[in-house]
Amino acid sequence: MKRLRLVVDPIACDGRGVCRDLLPEVVALDDWGFPILPAGPLPPEVVADARRAVSLCPRLALRLVEMTGA
Amino acid sequence: MTLLVPPAPVTPPVGPARLIAPDTGPSLGEHLARLGPLPRPTGDLPAMVTAAGVRGRGGAGFPTGTKLAEVAGAGESKYVVANGTEGEPLSAKDRALLTASPHLVLDGMVAAALAVRAGTAILCVSEGRPDVLAAVRRAVAERRDPVEVVVAAVPDRYVAGQETALVNWLSGGDAVPTSGPRPARRGVRGRPTLVDNVETLAHVGLVARFGAGWFRSLGLPEEPGTALVTVAGGVARPGVYEVPIGYPLGQLLARAGAGPVGALAVGGYFGTWIDPVRGLAAPLSDAGLGPLGARLGAGCLAVLPTDSCALAEVAAVADWFAASSAGQCGPCLFGLADLAAAVRWLLAGRPEGAPAADRWSAMVEGRGGCHLPDGAARWVRSALAVLGQEIEWHRAGGCGRPYRGYLPAPVPGGRA
Amino acid sequence: MTAGLTAALTAGQSKADWYLMRGTGLVALVLFTVTLVLGVAGVRGWSRPGWPRAVVAVVHRNAALLAVLFLTVHIVTAIVDPYVTVGWLAAVVPLVSHWDPVWTGLGALSLDLALAVVATSLLRARLGRRTWRAVHWLAYACWPLAVAHGFLSGTDSPSAWDRVVYGLCLLAVAAAVVWRLRQTGDWAPGAGRVGPAARHRPSPWAEPAVPVAPASPDQRAS
Repeated sequence: MKRLRLVVDPIACDGRGVCRDLLPEVVALDDWGFPILPAGPLPPEVVADARRAVSLCPRLALRLVEMTGA
Repeated sequence: MTLLVPPAPVTPPVGPARLIAPDTGPSLGEHLARLGPLPRPTGDLPAMVTAAGVRGRGGAGFPTGTKLAEVAGAGESKYVVANGTEGEPLSAKDRALLTASPHLVLDGMVAAALAVRAGTAILCVSEGRPDVLAAVRRAVAERRDPVEVVVAAVPDRYVAGQETALVNWLSGGDAVPTSGPRPARRGVRGRPTLVDNVETLAHVGLVARFGAGWFRSLGLPEEPGTALVTVAGGVARPGVYEVPIGYPLGQLLARAGAGPVGALAVGGYFGTWIDPVRGLAAPLSDAGLGPLGARLGAGCLAVLPTDSCALAEVAAVADWFAASSAGQCGPCLFGLADLAAAVRWLLAGRPEGAPAADRWSAMVEGRGGCHLPDGAARWVRSALAVLGQEIEWHRAGGCGRPYRGYLPAPVPGGRA
Repeated sequence: MTAGLTAALTAGQSKADWYLMRGTGLVALVLFTVTLVLGVAGVRGWSRPGWPRAVVAVVHRNAALLAVLFLTVHIVTAIVDPYVTVGWLAAVVPLVSHWDPVWTGLGALSLDLALAVVATSLLRARLGRRTWRAVHWLAYACWPLAVAHGFLSGTDSPSAWDRVVYGLCLLAVAAAVVWRLRQTGDWAPGAGRVGPAARHRPSPWAEPAVPVAPASPDQRAS
């Protein structure tokens, strides 16, 4: 079972908020409206929504990265 | 300039005056008289540099030999970029090195270029330093090298000197950091690029001549060699000093004419405020400063005497951080401004400044496209940790000391 | 009598074809209008309860794909329609149609642009943001070409119903374009979502880096 992590490119990200809409239990917003993503692996039940967020992000700022190591 | 008669063998420098020799001028003739010519590449320079233990002197401290080997291994035509932009406002070492020993830096660039098989070596200097630009251009004009050596005048902003920003600008883009592969893989015009600080390359220029054993004859076993350290702030003799790594910090401050120390920061604006008592007893090395939460980094010491308002100095630099944002990343653009505001609240005696500063420094850390927000967070957080007494005084109405402007906080002009 | 019936049937089929072609063309235009308006809404960060940004993005995408579906039917019926001689080539190459070359040509050009926009959008992750974005701007050229093609094609003038629909679509797109132009450059970070801290934020560009420190315990900065 792959452990996947959601990563944001801060230069591309403009705080549009589509990811926050799709993944409210995973994506928090900082005091300026930009996403704070967890460092750990995504719970399996949100992976499908995470893929949707990666696809829909207007700035293509999101990536799903496989976590390696322990 | 070719020598028709081989010169007498030059003895390697003894003592800490390696990079900058007090009595030697910047001309090519004086440089060759002191150090001899750069030898034709005979050995494996990356291995020699690794054996010498040279580490990056731009702040990160990455092993230089490893970087050389990585770029040497890549296939296509490559570039060498010497970073002399010195965006850290407290640091004066790079411009001192480039004005006093430009040929040593150029030797290091050429040696590295030959080792990695790059055809072009680019020396980057901030356009805000016309005197330094003139000095390096004079030096380049005196030489004839087997690789193309070019001088580039880079926009005068901190972020422009970040390595991805530098290669982006050299490739025709904006001088702002980019996401994507490291320059060692894809740099100037998409080619593998070696980016090193000018002091690092100067050390390479010496190792190429005198070898790894000589390099290790000063300094510490784990951190060999000498380092250029800038002493700034309220001292009688501010400036750049070359010391063997591990030299006592207190002794250097005494040489620089420091009086009673009210506050002390190591590593420049991208470093850390430390407890002055412990700091004065510490050696100038990563190992010695580690227990105090600091690193030698780019070798800058900020000394604030007891007659100045340290909190105001911290606030001025926090403003500088905010103004230095490239404006690409939300947490940096907004967060650093809010962080500076929090410090000003503390300066004005408002207690909510402390939790706000804690919250926002944690919120910006690691969330930018470069390390500017990390530097700001570290600067503010460490300052608040050591300036508890000053903060209390301001809460009670004021510390009674004026703002003296010891720490430069130049507002960057215009966009990158 | 069979000949007459065949003729009547052919005429009837042709008429059915004709209405289908006109109808699907109009629906495609309406759907592209919706697509454009939602695209601007997305870039402007518009959202309402029940219309989170993700939903705006998804409906924008689905409206575009549905529009392409109706567009396909529109083009196929135009080609197989025995009354008008529009070949397969004329659907994508402007000015080669025998029938009404200019206005059909505009449709072909509009189709080319639409295909480019949709294809690059489907392959967005592979192409990268810049390439995708550069092609996506063509949508603003695609839409007026489609309108011109629709309104001016054919020999019979648009019905009153047609005029109403075209008029509303024009108004919607005009408003969307004005809305889009009001935003200078790209998305303004933090727009519409500034927290309480930001309201007290000193401008990092305007203020000089000289702090105000109380000189003595008597003076206290407010």
